[in-house]
Parts: sequence; C-alpha cells; structure tokens
Amino acid sequence: MTGQRALARHSLAVARRNLVQVKNDPGQLLAATLTPVLFTVVFLYVLGGAISGGQAGYQQYLMPGIMAQTVTVASIATGIGLNLDFGSGVMDRFRSLPIARSAVLTGRILADACRLVLGQLVVLGFALVIGFRVQTGVLPAVGAVLLMSLYGIALCWIAAYVGLRIRSMQTVQTIGFLWLTPLQFASSIFAPASTMPDWLRVFVEVNPTSLVTDTCRGLLIGGPVAGSAAGALLWIAAMIAVFAPLAVREYRRRP
Amino acid sequence: MDTAIETVGLVKQFGDKRALDGVDLKVPAGTVLSLLGPNGAGKTTVVRILATLTRPDGGRATVCGNDVVREADLVRRLIGLTGQYASVDENISGWENLYLVGRLTDLPRRRARARADELLEQFGLTAAAKQLPRSYSGGMRRKLDLAASLVGEPRVLYLDEPTTGLDPRSRNALWAAVRARVATGTTVLLTTQYMEEAEALADSVVVMDNGRVIEAGTTDQLRARVGGKVLHIRPTRAADLAQVLRALAGAGLAGASLDAGAGLVRMPIAGDAELTTAVGALASSALPIAGIDTHVPSLDEVFLSLTGAQPAGSGDAAQVRA
Ligand SMILES: Nc1ncnc2c1ncn2[C@@H]1O[C@H](COP(=O)(O)OP(=O)(O)OP(=O)(O)O)[C@@H](O)[C@H]1O
Ligand SMILES: [Mg+2]
Repeated sequence: MTGQRALARHSLAVARRNLVQVKNDPGQLLAATLTPVLFTVVFLYVLGGAISGGQAGYQQYLMPGIMAQTVTVASIATGIGLNLDFGSGVMDRFRSLPIARSAVLTGRILADACRLVLGQLVVLGFALVIGFRVQTGVLPAVGAVLLMSLYGIALCWIAAYVGLRIRSMQTVQTIGFLWLTPLQFASSIFAPASTMPDWLRVFVEVNPTSLVTDTCRGLLIGGPVAGSAAGALLWIAAMIAVFAPLAVREYRRRP
Repeated sequence: MDTAIETVGLVKQFGDKRALDGVDLKVPAGTVLSLLGPNGAGKTTVVRILATLTRPDGGRATVCGNDVVREADLVRRLIGLTGQYASVDENISGWENLYLVGRLTDLPRRRARARADELLEQFGLTAAAKQLPRSYSGGMRRKLDLAASLVGEPRVLYLDEPTTGLDPRSRNALWAAVRARVATGTTVLLTTQYMEEAEALADSVVVMDNGRVIEAGTTDQLRARVGGKVLHIRPTRAADLAQVLRALAGAGLAGASLDAGAGLVRMPIAGDAELTTAVGALASSALPIAGIDTHVPSLDEVFLSLTGAQPAGSGDAAQVRA
C-alpha cells in the first residue's frame, strides 16, 4: 500500500524533473510540434491537389492523420531521454536513493504523456487555424485527443525498451526512425487503405496507426468508429502489456 | 563502538580484470575512513558496491548491519553518495536538482524546498540556484553534487575524490562541510589521492593497491611507518647549524641530521608532540631562525615505501607485484 503511494510520489517527482527539462530546453518541444506543421504544408499544399484534386476535402481527411503522426514521432523522445539519463551520472544518483526501480521509468512516461497531450492540442489548434473543422462535438474531440495520447503512451513504452536495451544513442535514434517509418507511412494517415495495392493494404489495415487514425477521424469528422476503435484499443493494450514489463526488466538489468 | 560499514573478502571481477581481490574494511560509526590508492586501485569499485550501484562477485558488505545486495533498499535509506563523476542533472537548475532529491527521499514539499535553499546557502550557491549546472564551474558542480548527497541527512556518507579539481578555498569549504556532518555523528568513507586530505579529515586510513588493502591504520601510524613527517629548520646563520642540532638533542629528540649544502637541519618527527618539543627547544635556544616547515610525505612517497615500487598505473599489476 505505502509502496504504491511512494511509487506514485516518486514518479511524480521524476515527471516534474523531466517537464522542467523541457521547459529549460523548449527547442525540443518546438521541433516536435514543427514536424507536423511541416508535413501538413507538404502533404496538404504541395501534394494535396495531386492526391485528391483539391485542398478543402483533403484537409478534413489529413488533419486527424497529422495528429496521429505527431504522437508517433514524439514517442522516440522517451527512448532518447532514458538513454541519455543512463549515459550521464544522474542514474547513479537515482539508483542510490531509496526509490522504486520503476519510478524513473513511470516518471518519464508520465511527463511524456503530458507532452503528448500538449502536442495534440497544439496541432489541433493549428489545424483549426488553417480551416479544419470538427464536425462532431466536444466530447468526441476530447475522446480523439485521449485515444491519440494513449497510443502515444503505448509507443513510448516501446521506445523506452529500445532506449534501455541499446547502449548507443545514435543506434537508438536510427532504430526509432526505422520502425516508425512504416508505422507512419504504410498507414491511412495520408491516404485511405482502399486506394492501395492489395499486398500493402494487408499491412495498412492492421497497422495500429491506421486503426487509431481511422477512429480519430470518425471522432472528429464523423463516420463509423466502433470497428477501428476496438482494434486500436486492443493494439494499445497489447503493446503496453508486452513492452512495459520488458522495459522495466531492461531497466533493472542495466548496471 | 557500532560498526557502520563492514566488508569481508570483497571481490569484484570485470572481465579478466580482478578489480577487488578480497577487501576487508571496518568503519566504526561516527568516524571518517579514508581510502587511499593510485589510479585503478579499486577505490571507486568499493564505493560503488557500498552504494548498491555494483554487485560484488564475492565476499559481503554491510552498512549499519544491512547487506548491500539483499537489503539494498534499507542501505539506500542510510547513505549519501558523491561519486567520482558528477551525478547532477545538467538540464535542470541547481535548486531543482536538490528539490528533486528531497522529494525522492520523501521530504514533504515544503521541507524539500527549505532543504534545497538551506544547502545552496551552505555551499555558497544561492546566487547560482536558478542556473543550469551546465553553466557552473567544475568546483560549483562538485559542491552541488555534495549538497545533493546531503539532502536526506544520511547516516553514512561516501565521497569519491570529492576535492579533485577544487581550488583551495572551495576545498576548505568542502572539508568544513564534511567536518560539520561528522560532528552530527555521520560516518564518512572518503577516497582520495591526497595524503593531505586524509590527514585533514580521516580518523583512519586504508591504503589500497591492485584491489587489495596493503596498509591500514591511523594517519599517524601510517606516517610513522613510512618515515613520518620531516621537519626542516633553516637557521639565519649557517654557522648556527650545529647549535640547532645540539638544541634538538638537548630536548631529547633523536635522528636530526645536518645538511650543510642546503643550509638546514632535517629531523623526522613521529608525532605532533615531537613537533611541539622541537619548536620549544628552538625557542629556548634563542637562535635566529629564517625558516621552519614540516614536510609531509606525498602519496608517491607513501607508496614507494609501502609497496617498494612506483604507484601502478591502472592495469599493470605485474609491475608492482614483481
Ligand atoms: N565498469 C568497469 N568495467 C571494466 N573494468 C572496470 C570497470 N570499473 C572499474 N574497472 C577496472 O577496475 C579497476 C579498479 O577501478 P576503480 O575505478 O575502482 O579504481 P580507482 O581506485 O577508483 O581509480 P581512480 O583513482 O583512477 O579513480 C581498474 O583496473 C578499472 O579499469
Ligand atoms: Mg575512482
């Protein structure tokens, strides 16, 4: 009982530290939010005409996808942050303190969840400014932001595992980009799966990013959500169930 | 007296390098033990095992009766660590660093805030409280590190080469802070390369080389064993050299020798009492004296005398044991 309370307290203390780090170096946050803006410009204004013959309709389709892309990209930061912590002496300090081993990990994920929600709101704000319209209501929109963030948290656990498992920072970054690329681009973020060749569609349709994106699209601009939502939640639960224990184990194993 | 730190036959192997080869230590509660040794002797490894950061491969270690492996969590409640390499977070301010440690050691928010302010004040870092440690000088960072290890008011404090790279003023401030902790009953294990530091702070000294303890005792005992301090007396007139020698002998001090070339008398002194006697003898002789100083053997000299070889660079065991 007291163990759980202490874990929560220590995780919050570490989360605060990670958020203060972000505050002290707003550059990383800026980069994380500029990426989706850049993608919007490229896909909407450069390619939008070619993809769907105009901006207006495509914009409604694209912006929920851009939100999903934001969390996908932002999740790498968890792995990089943990990897950096282990490379510096800070870890010695943490490990010589009477705190639960997992507090450093959960604190990091907690701070990253805050970052993800904030990123979602910024991108949604940007979307509204350039003309995107939520066609459903406040509650479904909140649901969409929550689902995106939940998906982001699941990805953060995977990134945490990678960041702890692999010693070299460069490799962590490379691996992050390697596995996030198909996750982002072989998905329904930029175009519907129905427009793709069969072999690709098989992958795109089971890609969790597609399922999350389709659900959020439904929640923001209307349309069916039940099927994709079930798939998305299943994926999220499975990813956390597998990678959270793996990350904790890796954290314990690091000397 | 209670034992605060005890190790028995501690062994640590890194690949085919035996970093510790059966280290026995015993530190009574409330005392300061200094671990002395050249690079690669195994000092940091001992500290890291005692701080629960590294697992020993053999032997055992306890802190206030708690095993560092099996009861690591209890040990962590008792200890504070200032490692050899700074373990502060470079990306949050000095104050945030201390506040974080305060919260992680279960101080309530208000107490953690007050403790951070208090320690920054004590180490003269108040002006830099809001700055990132990245912008600190090496000495400031070292002090912040020490402050961080004191947040939880540990009963046992480990300091791994705490004053390396500090200017004399910072070094004195750090020594004063350590003494203040000791006055409240804290046990301190201090590693150092400087004999002088061991003498300034430690009740007893353990000399390590190649993962083994090669000598242990009080600083006085150690000094006596390696020839102790040497007193240099330089009379104003070279003609008085013999007079000085006679004055010392008259006070019952033996072993003084005359170095006419250097214009001084050398006398080994086994303890501080002998120094007082020597100064008294010189005063009553009323001879004009231009200079008088004590010479402490350097760590090199201690090693030369204890191992009969030059201090080993890390890794070349054969050279020393040969
Ligand atoms: N993580 C490690 N991996 C491999 N070898 C190690 C590791 N840590 C220490 N060693 C080796 O163990 C030996 C003892 O190292 P240690 O750091 O304890 O020495 P030290 O007395 O603290 O030296 P210094 O005065 O240079 O700090 C050295 O030979 C070192 O190379
Ligand atoms: Mg060392």
